[in-house]
Amino acid sequence: MSVATGTTAMRQTGVRSKPLPLLPFIELVMLAALVATPFVLASRPELITLMTNVLILSLLALSFDLCWGFSGIMSYGQALFFGVAGYVVALVGRDLDFSQMWGTLPLAMLIGALLAAALAAFLLLGRKTPTSIFVAFGTLTGAYAAERLVAGWQYVGAGNGLSSIKLMALGSYEFVEGFEFYSVALAALVIFYLLSRMIARSQLGLVLAGMRQNEERLAFFGYRVQVFKALIFTFSGAIAGLSGALYSYHQGFTGPTNLGPGLSTTAVIYCLFGGSGTLIGPVIGTIAIELLSYVLADTDAIRQFWPVILGVVLLVVVMFQPTGLLGLVVSARERIGSFGARRRAG
Amino acid sequence: MALLEVSGVTKVYGLLRALDGVDLKVEAGSFHGLIGPNGSGKSTLLKSIAGAHYATTGTVRFDGQDITTAPPYQRSRAGLSFKFQITAVLNDLSVYDNVLLALQSMESNWALLRSRSRQRLDAEVMHALERFRLADRADDLAGELSHGEQQWLEIAMALAPRPKLLLLDEPTGGMSPEERRVTGELLAPIKSECSLIIVEHDLDFIKNICDRLTVLDQGRVLGDGTVAEIGRDARVQEIYTSRV
Repeated sequence: MSVATGTTAMRQTGVRSKPLPLLPFIELVMLAALVATPFVLASRPELITLMTNVLILSLLALSFDLCWGFSGIMSYGQALFFGVAGYVVALVGRDLDFSQMWGTLPLAMLIGALLAAALAAFLLLGRKTPTSIFVAFGTLTGAYAAERLVAGWQYVGAGNGLSSIKLMALGSYEFVEGFEFYSVALAALVIFYLLSRMIARSQLGLVLAGMRQNEERLAFFGYRVQVFKALIFTFSGAIAGLSGALYSYHQGFTGPTNLGPGLSTTAVIYCLFGGSGTLIGPVIGTIAIELLSYVLADTDAIRQFWPVILGVVLLVVVMFQPTGLLGLVVSARERIGSFGARRRAG
Repeated sequence: MALLEVSGVTKVYGLLRALDGVDLKVEAGSFHGLIGPNGSGKSTLLKSIAGAHYATTGTVRFDGQDITTAPPYQRSRAGLSFKFQITAVLNDLSVYDNVLLALQSMESNWALLRSRSRQRLDAEVMHALERFRLADRADDLAGELSHGEQQWLEIAMALAPRPKLLLLDEPTGGMSPEERRVTGELLAPIKSECSLIIVEHDLDFIKNICDRLTVLDQGRVLGDGTVAEIGRDARVQEIYTSRV
């Protein structure tokens, strides 16, 4: 290619039109739909309860997306942070008779963050760069060990878990299932979604985007890649902890399966189904899977084997559409985004 | 004191001794070429200096510090910058973001989170892109660039953090003669900014831009001197006439 020809081609490329970004539009539509949901479903309180669960689990899926979709950490430990935080708020309610949300929700986040930081120190911050498999097995083992430990520990209810958890309170007001709890869950999701979005679109987000493509190259720029991973992992642990506390309060129960590999894998599926690395994808994935499960389980003709149908649907999406549902409409360029002062929609 | 001092560096891979007691000194402001036949250890030496792998024995001192066992990020922060032999631009990021990523590497994590330098670095990013004739491609994905343009982008990225010593591993590999000529033009002005070690097979290219040359053969230093001195060295001529 001659330089002159190349320059002409460059100019032509530089002025080409680019498609409008879809992600902000999808985010706004989702927000509007979630705000409208309790009003639309006012006559169906059981569906508001279902949607509250969905919002809380969306937080868990969001926490996994930060790990995998943005930082390349295959974490099977999100349920560990979720479950332990859920147990802690249940125990604080039972043993200290305290369930004020201004105290217990930050405590749950702190527990999640500390656990994630401890796991990160072991799995990510060693002298040798850890492989994805090492991190995946490490987090999986952590979740599995915690589930086994709790299942045999009488103080925390052993296999039966902890039930009749004290209701989450704000002053003298106690949150029960319904509109108020839905509002708290939605507020938590929106706040941590926006915080995650701020990180993803910041200059730190550019480092994460670079890390996902070539970790080694970033180290030669002077970045301590594993430290960035540990920071994001810790933040994701805090979100998972918050999610676990809300879940325990909302269900009024927590048990060993809430901190095991089963729930961690569910979070992975939510994220991959919706589209990892997008933040809104995991929320869509959680809503789609939970509503699909609800509808299939409630359909007489397939009541017996709906998990099989759901499993096949998930398998097909994960295998043949690795960018998830959002990948059908959002380009790879837009998912990755632009980061500089000259940021333009991709 | 030399900017870089490599003393008795050996690198062993199993039974292969890729480097065998190599000494190298690079003065500040010098453009230093590493030449030698394929498999002579040029890239291995460059990687030992950059931290892509560690020397089996020997020491590497840079700007007064012993960096022999320092990880790549520490070497980078000390002022070493490395361009890989195989282009390692980040294909899915824009050309602009590739350079921004290199430029912002010295910012604190908190500053990055708050995107405090985004506006400030804009002019520097564009200056780097203009310098390497990539300004018109700023918004394109790095993966859409031609091979030669990707090489220029890599050099622009390696230069962006203002290193004291730039390590270039075959920067003209796979380029057309015209692109090679342009690359020479682009590299010449950086002499006022940093020192350079360059591994290159194109002897005419390397003679044109380097002050000194070190010749490696089978992991050992065969000769070291000015371009003219090396040009007169009979042992070097023997290698290049009989084996290259």
